[in-house]
Amino acid sequence: MSWTTFFQQLMNGISVGSLYALLAIGYTLVYGILGLINFAHSDVFMLGTYFAFFMIGVFLLPWWLSVVIGVGLCALVGMTIERVAYRPLRNAPRISALITAVGVSFFIENLGLVTVGARPKGFPRPELMKNVYFIAGARIQGVTFWVPLFSIAILLVLFYLVYRTKMGMAMRAVSRDMETTRLMGVNVDRIILYTFALGSALAGIGGVLWACKYPQINPLMGTFPGWKAFTAAVVGGIGNVVGAMIGGFIIGLAEILIVAFFPNLTGYRDAFVFALLILFLLVKPSGVMGETLKEKV
Amino acid sequence: MRGWMKYFGVMILVLFTSCVWAQDVIRVGANLEMTGAVAAYGQMIWEGINLVRELVGDEVWGRKVELVLVDNKSDKVESANAATRLIDKEKVVAMIGPAISGSMLAVGPICEEKQIPVISATATNPLVTQGKKFVFRACFLDPYQAAAAAVFARNDLKAETAAILSDIAQDYCVALGNFFKEEFEKRGGKIVVEQNCKTGDQDFSAQLTTIINANPDILYVPNYYTEIALISRQARDLGFEGIILSADGADAPELFEVGGDAVEGLYHTAIWDATKGLNDVGQRYIELYQKKYGKDPNMFGALGADAYLILVDAIKRAGSLDPVAIRNMIEETADLEVVTGKVTIENGDAVKPVVVRKVEGGKFNFVKTVVVE
Repeated sequence: MSWTTFFQQLMNGISVGSLYALLAIGYTLVYGILGLINFAHSDVFMLGTYFAFFMIGVFLLPWWLSVVIGVGLCALVGMTIERVAYRPLRNAPRISALITAVGVSFFIENLGLVTVGARPKGFPRPELMKNVYFIAGARIQGVTFWVPLFSIAILLVLFYLVYRTKMGMAMRAVSRDMETTRLMGVNVDRIILYTFALGSALAGIGGVLWACKYPQINPLMGTFPGWKAFTAAVVGGIGNVVGAMIGGFIIGLAEILIVAFFPNLTGYRDAFVFALLILFLLVKPSGVMGETLKEKV
Repeated sequence: MRGWMKYFGVMILVLFTSCVWAQDVIRVGANLEMTGAVAAYGQMIWEGINLVRELVGDEVWGRKVELVLVDNKSDKVESANAATRLIDKEKVVAMIGPAISGSMLAVGPICEEKQIPVISATATNPLVTQGKKFVFRACFLDPYQAAAAAVFARNDLKAETAAILSDIAQDYCVALGNFFKEEFEKRGGKIVVEQNCKTGDQDFSAQLTTIINANPDILYVPNYYTEIALISRQARDLGFEGIILSADGADAPELFEVGGDAVEGLYHTAIWDATKGLNDVGQRYIELYQKKYGKDPNMFGALGADAYLILVDAIKRAGSLDPVAIRNMIEETADLEVVTGKVTIENGDAVKPVVVRKVEGGKFNFVKTVVVE
């Protein structure tokens, strides 16, 4: 394999990885605060693409505005899911919340199948994403170029929100100890709602960027990226935002490089990713960036 | 006495006329999926058969061909039951069989045992006709289609090198890929790289980068339309400038919706072209279908019509209603003009020209037909 080809494959991996990273951050945010794996996250991701798709196709809005509205709607959906499905189970055993999360996920997917149908639709891509850049002999698609940049920008914004704002401080407090934070006079439910809005908006952005790279959308499109991103979150250390980002890149690169170097193993591409998940859960459950917290009493 | 004679005479007359009447009708069975999982296939085939009867008439040697339709409910067991009923109770001389391979495999042994010829419009599994004397089909097989693609690639596209990206989760794609490779290499071409993917994959950049690095003249993607669209898109984005060649899996409007300008110039092999008849009966079939249903005809109906035409032609040449004679005539079918072109039956399978189409301006355009010698 020549250097150019290798570099091209590296770029392919980073491109996929940054999409997983964006999604993984959403999983990690909610997990960090509630200790809940929000399985509906991948379906909010799907909804994001459909919202944008209909804004562009039906209401004929400009691309950027459609995306903004789509992402906004995703945040609303996330908040609704929290309010309707998770809040009533706040004090229920963890397994109940988990089952509810799976239920919400199925509900959204099947609602999608009924309302928009299973036929895939083509997603319109803006010119920016179609451009091709040449770096060191490798062809870099607009998507490959912009998605990691967007992801890093979004990560910076997220850092600002979590570490420099009052809301962020409250979020971190809730993640450490919900009851004590409540005693300090913080409206915990509002903080959780805010977290869901943030996570779901990220899912929406991730969905739109995903659709720019793979311009084919259908109601079940979220499932596989969702699992991969969840794996990324675990590999990076669930609950840790930077870890999720790194996990995303690890999964993306691993997936591309295994196909690039071992074409015969192509069929095991997904299996490989999930084997990685099991390996991490067995050997280093806290992930590459995670810290081992003592169980709170 | 006279009264008795009269009575006898009337009875003779009744017997005689009923014999003539019975001989007057040729009963042919239709064992089709009218309900159940693949009801759409059976119904389209039934539609095609009836449409072509309007075109060519429904008589052989001045006798009416009567179709006896039995619904097999898209089920293997029901298909076998339907076959037994058609043969034992309805006394058919031949049968148009189920659309799908699984049901056809259930019907085959019954027809073998009772020596009644059966012909399926669309069952493509090679096992359907393998080692059987009385089982036929009106469609060509996947190996033939892939071979035609290879011939087209070598002779018309002048391709020296090719890459294959096929889906290891689909028997259909694996078979097409293998047979394309065999024929392409037999004709002096070189397969420079073979890559795999899996149904449901969305990212093909790793495989495509490897393929582009090998710089083939054409890329053969014998997948289904969703993958073809995404593969084309990503191949073009990654800078692939060669020709993309595909199979009949490409035939769906979604190809354009998702593929957009990336599928422009894509070639694919197809069973037939619904916009252009290859012969008189094909053209008339298309026109009548469009007039009647207000849309382009489908492949299933056309192949149903083919199955019917092959059967009727064989009965005509057999000169009797002996099922074995009809079977022999089906086997001898050569260059018969049917809806999808000229058909010849070889070892139970239909051999006919493969249509090649090219995507231009967001639709399929007829290029030519290819015959594999």
